[in-house]
Formats: sequence, structure tokens, C-alpha cells
Amino acid sequence: MSDSHEAAALVPAEHNGHPGTGSDLESIAPGLPAHRLRLTDTDARAAQRAERQVAILFGLSALATIGFVVAFFAFPESETTITIIPGLFEPSESNLFLGLTLGLAILFVGIGAIHWAKKLMVDEEVVDVRHPARSPDADRAEFETILAGGVQESGIADRSIIRRTLIGALALLPIPAVLLLRDLGPLPGKKLEETIISENIRIVIDGTQRPLRPEDIPVGGLVNAVPENLEEVEELEGTLNARAKATLMLIRLRPEEIISQQGDDWSVQGILCFSKVCTHVGCPLGLYEQRSHHMLCPCHQSTFDLADGAKVLFGPAARPLPQLPIKLDSEGYIVAQSDFTEPVGPSFWERG
Amino acid sequence: MSTATTPVGKAGEYLDDRTGGATLLKHNLRKVFPDHWSFMLGEIALYSFIILLLSGTFLTFFYKPSMVEVIYNGSYVPLNGVKMSEAYASTLDISFDIRGGLLMRQIHHWAALIFVAAISVHLFRIFFTGAFRKPREFNWLIGVGLLTLAILEGFSGYSLPDDLLSGTGLRIAEGIVLAIPVVGTYLSFFLFGGEFPGQDFIPRLYSVHILLIPGAILAAITAHLIMVVYHKHTQYPGPGRTENNVVGYPLLPVYMAKAGGFFFVVFGIIVLLSAVATINPVWLFGPYTPSQITAGSQPDWYIGFLDGMLRIFPAWETTAFGHTISWNILFPALILPGIMFTLLGLYPFIEAWVTGDKREHHLLDRPRNQATRTALGVMAITFYIILWIAGANDIIATAFDLSINAMIRASQIGVILLPPIAYVITKRICLGLQRRDRDRLLHGRETGLIRRLPSGEYIEVHAPISDEERVTLLQAGAKKDEVFALPESTDDNGVPAPGGLVQGVRARLSRWYFSETIPDPTPDELHEAAHHAQELAENQQAQLEAGKPS
Repeated sequence: MSDSHEAAALVPAEHNGHPGTGSDLESIAPGLPAHRLRLTDTDARAAQRAERQVAILFGLSALATIGFVVAFFAFPESETTITIIPGLFEPSESNLFLGLTLGLAILFVGIGAIHWAKKLMVDEEVVDVRHPARSPDADRAEFETILAGGVQESGIADRSIIRRTLIGALALLPIPAVLLLRDLGPLPGKKLEETIISENIRIVIDGTQRPLRPEDIPVGGLVNAVPENLEEVEELEGTLNARAKATLMLIRLRPEEIISQQGDDWSVQGILCFSKVCTHVGCPLGLYEQRSHHMLCPCHQSTFDLADGAKVLFGPAARPLPQLPIKLDSEGYIVAQSDFTEPVGPSFWERG
Repeated sequence: MSTATTPVGKAGEYLDDRTGGATLLKHNLRKVFPDHWSFMLGEIALYSFIILLLSGTFLTFFYKPSMVEVIYNGSYVPLNGVKMSEAYASTLDISFDIRGGLLMRQIHHWAALIFVAAISVHLFRIFFTGAFRKPREFNWLIGVGLLTLAILEGFSGYSLPDDLLSGTGLRIAEGIVLAIPVVGTYLSFFLFGGEFPGQDFIPRLYSVHILLIPGAILAAITAHLIMVVYHKHTQYPGPGRTENNVVGYPLLPVYMAKAGGFFFVVFGIIVLLSAVATINPVWLFGPYTPSQITAGSQPDWYIGFLDGMLRIFPAWETTAFGHTISWNILFPALILPGIMFTLLGLYPFIEAWVTGDKREHHLLDRPRNQATRTALGVMAITFYIILWIAGANDIIATAFDLSINAMIRASQIGVILLPPIAYVITKRICLGLQRRDRDRLLHGRETGLIRRLPSGEYIEVHAPISDEERVTLLQAGAKKDEVFALPESTDDNGVPAPGGLVQGVRARLSRWYFSETIPDPTPDELHEAAHHAQELAENQQAQLEAGKPS
């Protein structure tokens, strides 16, 4: 690049002969700064030193690789941890040594290569000329001629019936592609609206399957529960689908604490049963504040007042948690009166 | 006809006889790449992707994408005898029973986090320096596509171990799909092969994660790099650098050694990080079950802004004619990201339309010189960061002993209020810096030396700036103040031109975009300032001389 060209880019044309700052044009556009020699360019001993440093770095990498092989056989146990900072930094022995050796083996190659480039390789900047991204006019014209010729030769422009049937045929082709995806899953039907709970199904503790009598739940307490038939259904289906809808929680309040509930006689001795699935996007609820009877969703912080019909007090959920009507069976265990009277979990189009 | 004598030369001839590669390579082996630290951000993204392919392939040898229930019986004692999916059990095996398996898992996870982070910061660099301008708009689009794919790829990989945390993430994703009007329920049933969680999703997600999305990313990266090579890299203004050249190091050997070395540095650092810093310890979370949750559930960082929006959006839901629309999910999780990414993708075209700039640009902008663009960028980042903070509001509330409700309210107000404030502040800062550049050009730099003239006046001595700096400042500023004349809105007879309304909006936007820009000094002004400075100096010198005791 010539300097005058650069200057032209800086100063509008009408000022071209006009020295901008009182000095000559060369000082406005001084061109590339002069190449500065490095110590390694002028001092052979410095160059030798740099060469040694690069070689040492590559050598260290090789040593670290050997270290990796040793560590691979020396620490086969992944679950053995070593305590470096108690409670904070207790890495697995195998992971730590394999990682450190492999990491250093790789890192030293990189540092060595960069050091080599910076100290020893020719570091003179070079200039390349740019061309506009567009093709030259002649090429464009030729391309257009070829394209038009091809279109002409094919006859696609004139033979409209061929063109239209082709477009029609191609437009239909995605149909098989989409249709083939049909068997990805069954149609929803009413599946989202019902759970495996029905009348007289016992509500049992999740995990131990122990049925519950009212006296098993202290006032102020909360029990994570499931319907008794869940275990059987899970065994049969081999999925967690039933659990995703039927997970429950039982809480016990003093009867006078209950402000409202979603149905008359849906509780037993101050015990209320709710769906544990958040009505926002379906996380299981988890943070219960005993004194205020507030249930918080740990995912998005929707807060429900379990003493007041599980109404939403705060957060992005739009609907109360569905309440499950419960009663006692002949043996005094808590059972469902029926399935939920509305779909549990997040909203969906057909929910209404 | 063989002419080579060395083994390398012979091998080269053998290859070239069959591929003709020499013609292609002779043009490209000495290709010039400008040097700047900010050009390495995209490289980090590229290298992380290579590391992801390597470590990911290792993981596929041992991971079992199956939701079939098994009883765990491996080295990790606390979970022995627990029912879990085969996917989770094989993830535990990788972590505890395969030597180097945990290291590979951690490398894979750290590289994924760094991949998305590097893409994001690389995007900031491209945005604020105006590298997306003509002729690079399509490459910007590919880049935005890559960011989207990287986020999807990250989320799909995060979900594969089928631990409690990732399963909860999938549950949220299913809730979001359900919120899509009309087809949501059907989509969810097709995705999950029935009800959530079913048995099909993990195997399906697996083929998406290891084949579909990485294939698309690889193709997009290839196109991205071919375009970079074709356009030649942009460069910052400086002496000897123009719109018509590119100044830097040749690919062979310097750039190859530096970039190749940098790959090993990125790789080495990620491995060292994975050696000492635990990431995603799935064994602590336990297997997924839809009835359990841990407090403080957090997604990987790049999902945080979506989760934040989901947290702070008001609880709006409409039910009409027997159908439900969950605005509280639809808007934050689908519509808003859609708008964000569409605007991001279209930005180069919007800006070019507003400014009317149709020129090619290869010299990068200094962000200050494009005050409106820079302010818009900072505004967008502020918006994103507030959503991101909102995504961790429970952690912040617990850590700093704040009310979670107050945190949410503050985020709701902040997300509306703070971005415009950030816009105004950034624009002011940019204009201030523009003024400073102008002052330096006209009056030189402040030396900090205070002199007292015999008249009693105190002056600060200014020194001229270097030629390098002057040329850099002038070149960088030369592009900022060209308000493009838009077509006349009315013709000679005062009849409005067709599309007058649109052009009117465009003219107004263009004026707003360039408003308040500090003009560069004209050559006349520079000349005058230099002249004035010289006079002043002479004058002061004369005063000093005169004031000297004889």
C-alpha cells in the first residue's frame, strides 16, 4: 500500500493537498510502524536461551505424559478423595492426578509453541491487499448469462404445466416426512386429566408405603405421600408417569387455622391433601413453612397458602394447587374420596 | 514427472498428484491474520467445540441412553441398591468405575460452559466493533444460529444423566411445551412418547445431542470459517491499516504456531480446571423422580436468563371457550426468547437500513465512536443480566439474607427500568470519550505540567500526540459522522414520494442514531489548532523570556 492512498482515505478529497496539522502528509498517515527487532533477533545467546526454553517446555510436557501413565495405574480408585481444604476442596485422587498430569502435558505443548512463535519465528507483519467481497462485473455478467441460458434450455419458464405440477409435487413431499413422525407418541386423550387415584385408595407415605391414620400426622406436620396403588402401577408400567401426576402431600392444621378449602368435607380432622406438582411448570413443591402454612416452589418461587385453598400468594403460578378430597376407611386409614376433580400440574390448551 | 528429492517433497507430490491441493494451499498458507487479543474469543469457542467432540466421543463409549430401571450396584456406596435409570447408573459408572471417566465428564461439562461463554463474549466483540457490517452480515446470522444451537446442545447434554436436577429441568421444559397453544399437548406426547417422563425421551435426546445438533454446529462452523477466510479478517484502525488491506502475521508459520499453541493452552486449562474443580456432581443429586426436588435448583449458566424470566413474569393465564393460554409461561419461555434472538439476528440489517450505509467495512469501529450502537448493546446486556440474576434470585436471597419476594419485585422493576438507564449512561460516556478524542486531536495531550507565566497566569502544558495516535483516532472517527441523506420525502411539486411514511420513520431513526455525535475535527480545524498551539507556545515562551531577570 502506498502512503498517498492511505492519506486519501483519511482526508476528504478537496483537502488532499492541504497538510492537516501543519506537518506533511506522511506524518498524518505514517504507514506501518517500523519493524522492531527482538532481543532474540540480535543476540544469538538470547536466541539459544529461547530455543532451550521451548525445548524444556516440550520436555516438561513429555514428563507430564509419563506422569499421567503412572497416575492411571497408581490411582485406580475413583471414589478415594484427598482433603486439601476440608469441606471445600476434597477432590477424587484419581481425577486430581490424572487431570493435573494430562492438563500440564497439553498446556506445556501450547505454551512451548507460542513461546517459539513469539521469540524465534520471523515476526515481521505482512500486508495483504483486500478485494471487495463481490465478484467482478464480468463474472457476474457471465454468471447471469449462464443461468439464463440454463433456464432457457430447461424450458422451465415456458412450460408452465411442468413447472406448476413440479411445485405441487414438491409441496406435498413434506407430508410423508411429518406423517412418519406420527408414531413418536400416542394421542393425549384424557391422560393429563386423570391420575391413578380413585375412591378408597389409601394414601401412604412415599418411600415406605406405610398407610396413615390421622394420629400419625402431628399438627403442623407435612408428609410426602403417594396413592397406595402407585408401587404396583410403576412395577407394571416401568415408568415414572403415574408418579409424575399422583405425588401428594398431606398437611395437618388445627381446624380453626383452615381459612378455606376447595370442597366441603374434603379434609379429615384438619388433614388436607394437595397435589405436590406446581401448577406453573410442574416442579414438585418442596419448601413448607409450618407457621404460615406457605408452600414454596423451589424452581420459580410460586407461593401457595395451603390453609387458604392453596391459593397463589406470590410468583408466576396462576392457579391454586388441586386439593384431593380424603376420608377415612373402615380401618381408620386415610383414603381418597375420588380422583382429583381437576387436572394436576401445569396448564395446557385443552385444560379449559 | 517427479522432481522432488526429499521424503517430504515426495509425499507432497504423491498427495498433490491426486488432490491438486498445492494450488489451493499456496494461496492460503501465507494468509494474513491481524493480531489482537479480542480476536482470540472466537478461537476459544472453536477449540472448546473440538474438545467437546473429543471428550463427548469418549463418553458415548460408556454412557447408556436408556430409561430402563435398574438397581445400582457400583462403587458409589451411598446409592447402592437404589432404583434408577440405566442412563443415571451408567453416568455413575463413568464417574466412579472408569479410570479417567470423571475427568472426561468434567472436561466435557466445563468445555460446554466455556463454549457458550466464549460464543457470547465473541458476539459482544463483533457487535461493539461493528464487525457485522457489510459484507459480513450473513456470518453474523450464522453466528447467532451457532449461539442458539450451542444453548440447545448444552441443555440437551445437561439433561442426559437423568439425575434429579436435570430431570427437573426436563420437567420444566415439558411444562413449557404444554403451554404452546393448540398443539402443545400433542407436541409433548410426541416428544416424550406419551406422558412425562416416559421411557423414550432420553434415547431420543441422545441422538439429538450426539448427532443432529453437533452435525449442524459443525456445518455452521465450517461455513463461518470459510466466510472469515474469504472476507479476510477485520482489523482495528492504526498506522498502515486501511479498508483496503489487512496487516498481520502469515498463517504459516507464526499464526499457525500461535493459534495451534492456543488450542493446546485452552485444552490444557480446561483439563486442569476439570482436575481441581468439580462440576455437576450428579451423584449428590440422586436419580430423577418426579416427586422430589432440592432447594436451590439451578440450571447451567446459559439457561439462567430464561429461568429468570420464567420466575419474574406475572401470573397471567387466560381461559376462554374451554381453552387455556398460559401467558405466564408462553411469553417468558417462548415469545420473549424468540423476539430476543430475532432482533439479535436482524440487527445488522436494521442498522444498515437506519444508517443507509451500503459500504463494505473492514476497519473495526471503536465502540465509543458508535455511541448509539454501543448504548443499545449495553442496554441489551443489562436486560439479559437482570434476567440472569433473577434466575438465581433464591440463591441470592439466601446468601444475602434478603426477602425472596423483594428480590422478585426488584427484578421485575429493574428489568424494565435499568436497561434504558444503561442506554443513557453508556451514550453519555461514549460522547464524553468522543470529546476527549477530539480534544486530543486538536490540543494534544495533557502533560500534567503546570507553568506559571510572568503575568501570574497558570497554564497546563499540552504536548502533541504521536502520529500513530493521530492516525488511529482520525481513522477510527472517520466513519462515525456520515449521516446518510435519505431520499427526498416529497418530489419537486411537493407530492409525497411512495412509501413516504416508512421513509419518514427511517429518516427519524437515522437522525436519532447519529444524534449528538461529536464531529471529527476537519483538516482545517486541525490545521488551525496546530497553528494556534504553535502561536500559543511561542507567545508563552516569549513571555517567559521577557519575564526572566536579565
